[in-house]
Amino acid sequence: MMISEIPPSLILILGALILPFSKKLRPLFVLGLPILVLMKIWSLNIGDTITMQAFDLNLIPLKVEVTGRLFATIFAVMAFVGGLFALNQKRTEELVAAFIYAGSAIGVTLAGDLVTIFVFWEIMAVASTLVILSSSTKKSRKAAMRYLLVHILGGCVLLSGIAMYAADTGSILFENMTVNSVGTWLMLIGVLINTAAPPLSAWLSDAYPEASFSGTVFLSAFTTKTAVYVLLCGFAGTEILIYVGLYMAFYGIIYALLENDMRRILSYGIVNGVGFMVCGIGIGTEMALNGVVAYAVVHILYKALLLMSAGSVLHMTGKRKCTELGGLFQSMPVTTICAVIGGLSISFPFTAGFISKSMITQAAADGHLSFAWFVLMIASVGVFISIGLKYVWFVFFQEDSGLRPKDPPLNMQIAMILFSAICIGLGIYPELLYNMLPYAVDYEPYSVSHIITMLQLLLFAGLSFFMLLPIMKRMLAMSLDFDWLYRFFIPKMAKPIIEAGDALNIKVRACFMSILGSVIDNTVGYKAGRDSFTWILRTCGSIVWIMVMLVMYLLMCYYA
Amino acid sequence: MLLSHLPALQVVLPLIAAPICLVLHHARLAWAWAMLISWSAFGIALSLLNRVLSEGVISYHIGKWAPPWGIEYRLDEASVFMLVLVTTIGVVVTTFAKESVEKEIVKEKIHLFYTCYLLCFAGLLGMSITGDVFNIFVFLEISSLSAYALISMSDDRRALTASFRYLVMGTVGATFYIIGVGLIYMATGSLNIADLAVKLPAVADTQTVRAALAFLIVGLSLKLALFPLHSWLPNAYAYAPSAVSAFIAATATKVAVYVMLRVIFTIFGVSYVFGTMNLGPAILSLAIMGMFAASAMAISQKNVKRLLAYSSIAQIGYIMLGISFATVTGLSGGIVHLFNHALIKCCLFMVMGCVFFRINSTDIKDMAGLGKRMPFTMAAFVIGGLSLIGVPSTVGFISKWYLMQAAFEAGSWVIAIMIPLSSLLAVVYIWRVVEVAYFSPSPDGETAIKEAPVSMQIPIWVMVAGIFYFGINAEFTLDVARRAAESLLGGIVL
Repeated sequence: MMISEIPPSLILILGALILPFSKKLRPLFVLGLPILVLMKIWSLNIGDTITMQAFDLNLIPLKVEVTGRLFATIFAVMAFVGGLFALNQKRTEELVAAFIYAGSAIGVTLAGDLVTIFVFWEIMAVASTLVILSSSTKKSRKAAMRYLLVHILGGCVLLSGIAMYAADTGSILFENMTVNSVGTWLMLIGVLINTAAPPLSAWLSDAYPEASFSGTVFLSAFTTKTAVYVLLCGFAGTEILIYVGLYMAFYGIIYALLENDMRRILSYGIVNGVGFMVCGIGIGTEMALNGVVAYAVVHILYKALLLMSAGSVLHMTGKRKCTELGGLFQSMPVTTICAVIGGLSISFPFTAGFISKSMITQAAADGHLSFAWFVLMIASVGVFISIGLKYVWFVFFQEDSGLRPKDPPLNMQIAMILFSAICIGLGIYPELLYNMLPYAVDYEPYSVSHIITMLQLLLFAGLSFFMLLPIMKRMLAMSLDFDWLYRFFIPKMAKPIIEAGDALNIKVRACFMSILGSVIDNTVGYKAGRDSFTWILRTCGSIVWIMVMLVMYLLMCYYA
Repeated sequence: MLLSHLPALQVVLPLIAAPICLVLHHARLAWAWAMLISWSAFGIALSLLNRVLSEGVISYHIGKWAPPWGIEYRLDEASVFMLVLVTTIGVVVTTFAKESVEKEIVKEKIHLFYTCYLLCFAGLLGMSITGDVFNIFVFLEISSLSAYALISMSDDRRALTASFRYLVMGTVGATFYIIGVGLIYMATGSLNIADLAVKLPAVADTQTVRAALAFLIVGLSLKLALFPLHSWLPNAYAYAPSAVSAFIAATATKVAVYVMLRVIFTIFGVSYVFGTMNLGPAILSLAIMGMFAASAMAISQKNVKRLLAYSSIAQIGYIMLGISFATVTGLSGGIVHLFNHALIKCCLFMVMGCVFFRINSTDIKDMAGLGKRMPFTMAAFVIGGLSLIGVPSTVGFISKWYLMQAAFEAGSWVIAIMIPLSSLLAVVYIWRVVEVAYFSPSPDGETAIKEAPVSMQIPIWVMVAGIFYFGINAEFTLDVARRAAESLLGGIVL
């Protein structure tokens, strides 16, 4: 393979592996690698493919298409800005893991077959776990374990689905599929687990906030968006996704309202945003899919921006709870402005969120899905309150907490300003984004009625936020979610089951031993010192199982 | 001239080398001798592989006595595959053993260690090569008896009871096997495998042959540690000297699986065992129970070697699962996993050997912070662990993919999903070790712990290279496994 033929994903992954040896040149590497990858991505033409043969599978590690290239682009941009933001991170392993993570995400978006997707999918799961672990707190270790388990579970289901699909159709080509067989259902479920779909939504808000100040920024971008990409190209138009998406949109809002940890609030925002995308994929019209792609790009931008601002606060204060923060605007002006822009970008006109999210809502309206349209409208207002306003208000304004941290170091400020600029830029010139979308765009976001409707809704929502402020303040509780099942219930339940199994085993053996013992006592008249030789006992006990097996096989053979 | 006798040399060489090793009576010399013998055996196995792949089945008659009266050594794809596996592991572990054995075994006993080691080696090779069921029993006993001795040589006193237990259970297994062999001898008057395959169908519908099948399967299930007949294995692996754990874990149970394959597919034939007798569901359910139960037990272990031992039982479950489908895909999946798992477990047990070499313990709690202090060793552990879980680009993925394909072919997607699901449990137990080694601070006041010696590192990294090489370029293993599976399913190709 020539150097020019190395796929961009591998450049980033291999580059990341050299990173620990770069020493003083580290900043150069961290910033240079993503740029190199970006150049590589754009040097690829639509339709370029690399094929290779691995055992008896025809793999297509590289297949460039419009959507995939756009996703790869935004991932590379994200790696660049994330790297810039993380330059102060002392732990090199976090950046290595993050770049491998980003590289494999790019790998998924440029993959042409399901097995390649799965391979990168698994690397992503492992690398992202390492990102969480790099914050090296006890909490992060536990959270990372839960995160890894959920993702390996997702990977298992996905792999089962792919294997079955391959066995059914004899093809591992990645293309749009109809969900009509067990294999495709399993694949769909496997991918949905990565989008934080119900009932396993909790992994996201459980794990992401435990990463370091810079780690969370990386995490927010890749896992869920690659899953969105796979859904988009593989399962567009699957009706059930509409409802899954709507549920997620609301799930995010409600749990965010109850939350106190600033980065957890933003994490719920990710679930909400991905819900919009999943819903759009379910609608499946050209307009909806365009909207999904546009919103995925924009969501990466503003969510990373918000998490960078939260990361800056965490980095400068070491505090993460809304109740412990407040009044930071006085000493952190740049961060505050960037956070405000990030918050507005969720759905305010003249920001990137407005021009993209509204396409999905419009698609719902065009498809006469009035229920979906109604819910999406409410959700886009709700999320503005429960995430945008709540986060910005409680962290940067509210009553003064007395903290006077400075703005973060220059590189972190530049990273935030860069994304703020893009958020505003795309809001004002939506054509820049629209031209890159997979289908021709026939949509004008800035009609007078649209702007006025949205402004009215948002202003009213803002008003209600401040009226409800006294209630919101008191939310310090831990909220109950599905993860209770695997964090507390199953471990609690598993113990008695294992113990019962043990007890049964011991009982069976003891029963056998007492028979054997009495036989020996009666026939030989020799009383063995059984208590002092428990290990002999155990050996004899194992013989029981041999007898059981022999009898079983003999019966089976005799009565066959 | 010599070339035509290679099949005999394959076994005779280590067998004769063993008493010579006893006479050498010098630790280093004995090791050098064992090293020479294992390399020669490796060379012989490779040349035999080459011949079988190009010329087909080799039949060698010991002492020119024609079968079925004389003993026949019969080499087809399956048996030569086992020879290569056993000798490869032999070479790797012998290299590793030098430092490890010098630390773990008193100097006066080292030559005895290598004597037993060579005997065990010869026994395993003999089981793989011979075409005679009674001869298999003889070699089974040679390998087992020397294995009991090897395990009991450890410093740890618990090794004595472990070895005793293995002896009792192993002897029961071998006895069941010989009872089974006796019964089929009674029915057919033959001990030659190829001959049995021809003669058995005529008498297949007798109680004698049915009982023989039951005895053979239970006896061999014990030897290969199929759940729930695994109870001898954990302690034997956990308390044996490190080199022995690595060697036995990678070969002994695998050769027993091979004998099982011979019994089921060559002697009785797939249609008898899976058709008339319908034993498929029984083996399948035991395999699946083993996959889950043993993995679950591995999670609660405090000693890493014991943990790995339980994981071995679970992996045996995967192998037997593939076999229980009785299809070409299933069987080749099982055989590939047999090879792959041998690589993985050999690597992991050698890693634990290195750990023991430096910290004198293999308890999880004592491994805190080892990731920083023994970076190469622990990196190998992580790679082996990932492969055990089945991460793509390692051998574990290849096995799982093929086993899943086999499950789909058999039309059972529930079983197919169980394969990756049980690997979730592997994530947990590997994780427990990784977490302590990498994310717990090292205990204070500990004297600086160095990386293990190079002579122990090299064999580990050879295995790691194998894990990646056969995980990415699986054509060789898959090809041989498929041909072995086809020849097993097609009965004897005369």
